[in-house]
Amino acid sequence: MNGRVLRRAGVAAAIVLVALAPLVLGKFAVSLLNDIGIGALVALGLVLLTGIGGATSFGQAAFVGVAAYATAWLTTAHGVSPWLGLVFALALTGLAALAIGVLTLRLGGHYLPLSTIAWGISIPLLFGNLDALGRHTGLSGIPPLQIGPWRLLEPRAIYYLIWAGVGGACLFSRNLLHSRAGRAIRSLRGGATLLASVGADAFGVRLALFVTAALLAGFAGWLYAHMNRFVSPSPFDVRASIEYLLMVVAGGLGQIAGAIVGSGLVLLLKNSLQDVLPLLSQRGARLEAVAFSIIFILLLHHARAGLTGFVARWGRQRFADRIEPAHDEAAEPLPRRPMPERGSELLTVVHAVKRFGGLVAVDDVSFDVRAGEIVGLIGPNGAGKSTMFNLLTGTLRMTSGQVRFAGHDITGLAQRKIARLGIARTFQHVKLRPRMNLLDNVALGAHARGRAGVLRAGLRLERREERQIAAEARRQLERIGLGGRAHELAGSLPLGTQRILEIGRALAADPVLLVLDEPAAGLRRAEKEALAAMLRRLRSEGVTILIVEHDMDFVMKLVDRLIVMDFGSKLVEGVPAAVRADPRVQAAYLGGSPEPYPANPEAAP
Amino acid sequence: MSWDIAFILSTDGVATGAIYLLAGIGLVLIFSVTRVVFVPFGDIAAFAALSLAAFETDRLPPTIGLVLTLAALALVAEIVGHVRKRCAAQIPKAIVAWGLLPALPCALAWAVLAAHGPGWLQVVAAIALVVPIAPLLARLTLQPIADASVLVLLIVSLALHFLLSGLGLLFFGPEGSRTRPLVDATWTIADGYSIGGQTLLMVASALVLSGLFFLFFEHTVTGKALRATAVNRVGARLVGIRPARTALLAYTGASLLAGMIGVLIAPVTTMYYDSGFILGLKAFIAAIIGGLVSYPLTALGALAVGVFESFASFWSGEMKDVLVFSLLIPVLLLRSWLATHADEEEEEIDE
Repeated sequence: MNGRVLRRAGVAAAIVLVALAPLVLGKFAVSLLNDIGIGALVALGLVLLTGIGGATSFGQAAFVGVAAYATAWLTTAHGVSPWLGLVFALALTGLAALAIGVLTLRLGGHYLPLSTIAWGISIPLLFGNLDALGRHTGLSGIPPLQIGPWRLLEPRAIYYLIWAGVGGACLFSRNLLHSRAGRAIRSLRGGATLLASVGADAFGVRLALFVTAALLAGFAGWLYAHMNRFVSPSPFDVRASIEYLLMVVAGGLGQIAGAIVGSGLVLLLKNSLQDVLPLLSQRGARLEAVAFSIIFILLLHHARAGLTGFVARWGRQRFADRIEPAHDEAAEPLPRRPMPERGSELLTVVHAVKRFGGLVAVDDVSFDVRAGEIVGLIGPNGAGKSTMFNLLTGTLRMTSGQVRFAGHDITGLAQRKIARLGIARTFQHVKLRPRMNLLDNVALGAHARGRAGVLRAGLRLERREERQIAAEARRQLERIGLGGRAHELAGSLPLGTQRILEIGRALAADPVLLVLDEPAAGLRRAEKEALAAMLRRLRSEGVTILIVEHDMDFVMKLVDRLIVMDFGSKLVEGVPAAVRADPRVQAAYLGGSPEPYPANPEAAP
Repeated sequence: MSWDIAFILSTDGVATGAIYLLAGIGLVLIFSVTRVVFVPFGDIAAFAALSLAAFETDRLPPTIGLVLTLAALALVAEIVGHVRKRCAAQIPKAIVAWGLLPALPCALAWAVLAAHGPGWLQVVAAIALVVPIAPLLARLTLQPIADASVLVLLIVSLALHFLLSGLGLLFFGPEGSRTRPLVDATWTIADGYSIGGQTLLMVASALVLSGLFFLFFEHTVTGKALRATAVNRVGARLVGIRPARTALLAYTGASLLAGMIGVLIAPVTTMYYDSGFILGLKAFIAAIIGGLVSYPLTALGALAVGVFESFASFWSGEMKDVLVFSLLIPVLLLRSWLATHADEEEEEIDE
């Protein structure tokens, strides 16, 4: 059986079960299912934000609270329709998330989760201390939802609205993850440099994701307020936020279905604990938090992938997708950049200087690269090659000097903007997303060539562009000789193939200049030869290549021109044969006095 | 605001700051050695306060039950570990270290209560009683995943807080208690300006303890081993320092600090089973000002948070916590601008 068919059958069965549930279950069970649905919406936001985007939030319940209080206040104090309340609640939640996100999402490492604890505590405290929001007693008498003549008072009545919302949100998230914006989101954990190298703004991507997750929580909060028709601060405090996080960990951090499964697991468990614990001891009800914490810790010790993660791994082992899904070859190609005329001046570095404190890593280096040639930047360890590379790609700011690229002054420009001008790079330490397939990894490279954002992706309004990007990624995979392996995971490739795949990703950006950072490092002989052949082919297709390399043999046979650096300054520039014969280069590499040395190292003893 | 109110608020703030300083040192100590943001720190302080309150009302502190339970679990974990590794010879040592050692303070507590020991002995017993809590918890929940990402450790540590506060409610009940002041004297500086003995005691304890910590880190081999582990775990392991052991030491030290904090604030604030959380979080703000690594900056931060909180509570008693937590935002922003953190790939949580 095929994994895809199995998955679809599972989803269809789940939809049928959800649709039939209220017909057979009692009132209590239906209202429990309502709670599960609302929890699943919040948890879904956390799956996207934490599980996939890698940013942990200990304050998600606060967003539920902002929306619940917003609609509660508007509908009770001003008597307007709950549907206007929805608009107001989402707007307020979105704005709150935007403000908090702008302030905190630049924080690195553990500071971000710690800051979420701070606002996760502060916001509910605020609810409890504002007179307009009823202080600790909260707001009551919230009107029920009304669709046409139907007032959704009964649990059974609001049930379908909640679960339609859950279904819609899952579909939205699924579409989002399989899109241009989704690839960027899935790459957030690869670091800001990776995203900048394909022209994406990691901060912007993370902010959009944060607001999306908050809006899901806000939608849940609106449903909560009109279902319970009463709000108070305590269901939105940090304890509740942790409970949502527990749902996601229990259900499976990496899977959309994990949100629903996790919400179900946690709320059912909570419910049965409330039934069982009082039988065990008089203080039983108080044991709930204890039992929950212990379960949470055990999960983190032994089953961090959660239930759906476990099922997914089991499924992958038995029902691997053997058939390639059909794809649309008819997509019209993405627009291409005009290529500069062969031999024209493309990249010019003028008097580049980079100081780190007292150390001069790059000292007054000037050189240029012409369109259509392969130029090698070489030098012994510590010569400043990598620093030079980082100055060109905008990873580091130069102390003084200038870089011009295709008529633009790119000195001091952000990495992302340089990438968008047509400089594509690879990394010395390969930065691929190991759990994305080859096609998605390459398609990430075409990020700057698309425009669709989160909303259009979620609603599937960008299919034309998405087809174009997919077709382009396939073309690049063919170009680098990995055409038949589009659906393998990048993490399963050997290092040599991973380096080739990085070049494929760079090519998907339709670059004018390809900058490669030690592409031959760690490759075997046959792989090096394949790499060299591919780079020659790219040159013949008009791509300009600047290559920083250690491997002399590899570079000498490949490049048109060489620039040799030593101790931060440019030593020699010229064609390979002349550079090899230069006594200064020999001295730099071998040490000692500049003495004549056989022009061909293979002839030496 | 008149000068005398400002004076009262400032001395109050400095005293609170002294408490945050001690808590901040504890948090930095644990974080730098183990990469764990130890959220349950405040709960341990609250347990010490409630234990002292139990002594004063002639009850056996319920903390004993908690410590013995944790010790039993840790002992089982140790023995199972040794049996699996087939080194049964280690088992007697494990029984002494994980079974008998944590039972000592329990025995002391029991003896103090039975003999109606003097006040100072009750204080000592209350502090000693909470010392095993952090190392035992760490052995059970954090050490098995010591190499997980900071984030996973943080989530576990937060879950630990909820575990402890749940247990706190179970053991101590929902009632708050306040203990007898440790010193009763009040010094009058000028007309209308006076300082309470308890305030002086808090500040003096903070100064002496932070001084002792400084000496310990600068002048003892153990202190240097802790610092080495903080700087580079792999490097420390290469020169023969065992990270698991230094971590245990850090937890013990932090637990001791938490105990002292508990008995220092119990006479001035009514402590409940869950009072520790907010206290710990405020100490975090101080620790984050120090970047979770610098002790001197943490001290400055603690003082700032204490004084800020004191003035904020004058302005609005109910909103003071909101105000103090909002202080975190500019601090974090400043930190993230100052930090030159390398662009690291983040580890996946679910691996």
